[in-house]
Amino acid sequence: MNLTLKIWRQKDSKTKGQMVEYKVTDISEHMSFLEMMDVLNEQLVAKNEEPVAFDHDCREGICGMCSLHINGEAHGPDRGITTCQLHMRMFHDGETITIEPWRAKAFPVIKDLVVDRTAFERIQQAGGYISVNTSGNTQDANGIPISKHNADKAMDAAACIGCGACVASCKNSSAMLFVGAKVSQFALLPQGKVEATERVLNMVKQMDEEGFGNCTNTGACEVECPKGITLENIARMNREYLSASMKG
Amino acid sequence: MSGFLSSSIARKFAMALSALFLIIFLIIHLTVNLTSVFSEDVFNQLSHFMGTNPLIQFGLQPVLIIGVIFHFVMGFVLEIRNKGARDVKYVNFKGAANSTWMSRNMVYSGLAILAFLVIHFIDFWLPEMNYKYIEGLPADSTRYYEELQHKFVPLWRAAAYSVAFVFLALHLLHGFQSAFQSMGFNNKYSSFVKALGKWYSIIIPAGFIFVTLYHHFNH
Repeated sequence: MNLTLKIWRQKDSKTKGQMVEYKVTDISEHMSFLEMMDVLNEQLVAKNEEPVAFDHDCREGICGMCSLHINGEAHGPDRGITTCQLHMRMFHDGETITIEPWRAKAFPVIKDLVVDRTAFERIQQAGGYISVNTSGNTQDANGIPISKHNADKAMDAAACIGCGACVASCKNSSAMLFVGAKVSQFALLPQGKVEATERVLNMVKQMDEEGFGNCTNTGACEVECPKGITLENIARMNREYLSASMKG
Repeated sequence: MSGFLSSSIARKFAMALSALFLIIFLIIHLTVNLTSVFSEDVFNQLSHFMGTNPLIQFGLQPVLIIGVIFHFVMGFVLEIRNKGARDVKYVNFKGAANSTWMSRNMVYSGLAILAFLVIHFIDFWLPEMNYKYIEGLPADSTRYYEELQHKFVPLWRAAAYSVAFVFLALHLLHGFQSAFQSMGFNNKYSSFVKALGKWYSIIIPAGFIFVTLYHHFNH
């Protein structure tokens, strides 16, 4: 496949960026999208040009590191996958592909296609944990009965890899699917009940402080999420938040 | 309260609560309107009751006005904040690939409804206030039907009202089920709520259009 790539190039967070056009040739349809980017970077290095900076790590869809807004969609045109799992067979020969970084005020561009997603870390630090006494008296987790239904729902919520596709694809740059998943995975389990009130209040407060937009229930996040996190988690967070607000 | 309303989720909840109030109001409004098609007397009686009952005039009407203003103001506040959450726009953004047009354009359908409400207030509410409180004319329980028919004689008004109700339908098609989601309602009954929302969003505006066109063509 021969492709034209329009890629966002930005030297650093302070410099203004722009779309730059590149050509890549002989791309195999079996390559992953990131391998195609590797081919481009090898070309650029061979020509003594600065390679395109992009995030990647495990390349098997579990680390949440790869991002990229490809042809107007987070993680590209396929569903239920990360960019490293996106194959070039989803594109056709001669196509022009636009590649942009996640766009959100809370995710500032560091360089080219790399954005700073530490806002998610700060939200997690605000309450995305449970406090466990490790003095030796901790109750065996397997000794605490949990219904299959709740265990499944908690596991589904915990599948969130924090990639930020929800923010990237939301017209409001809202992080509510991410925060909803992180609140839900604990809210559904007895271990998470102890700190439930302060967790949801603190995480939502941090989310608002980071400058993410407000959810208007368009459902774009749910469609683009590589891990199938559903809007049900946002509704659960809303319930948790409203009842926590009443408790104070 | 202002502290509570500074949070994103509380604002969503308040938007949803005012929306549900307005959804119920629309049912009552359409019910009264529909009677004008079937019985001049019933319409006159109901309009007279609505216009003179102290509980409705001084209890529910201010609540309705506050509800409408709140829904619009909060809607714009959220829209401005949400626009600001993405300072650099995408060169290529395929919103249609993952969401409905209605859900992405609530502010525009809302603006169309706001423009309609301005006309609607000038058409009906201001003359009513003038009749009752400024000129202080005597109560006349038979005047409403004739006033209504007279209003819809001009084609422009019948057309403008009909177009506005199409925007109302578009707004409701997303707004109805969205209000439930915002209030934390997402469970096995949600598919029923979505179906109910679709029917409501089509039937209610269609009913308003029917009444508008009926009076335009039958004056």
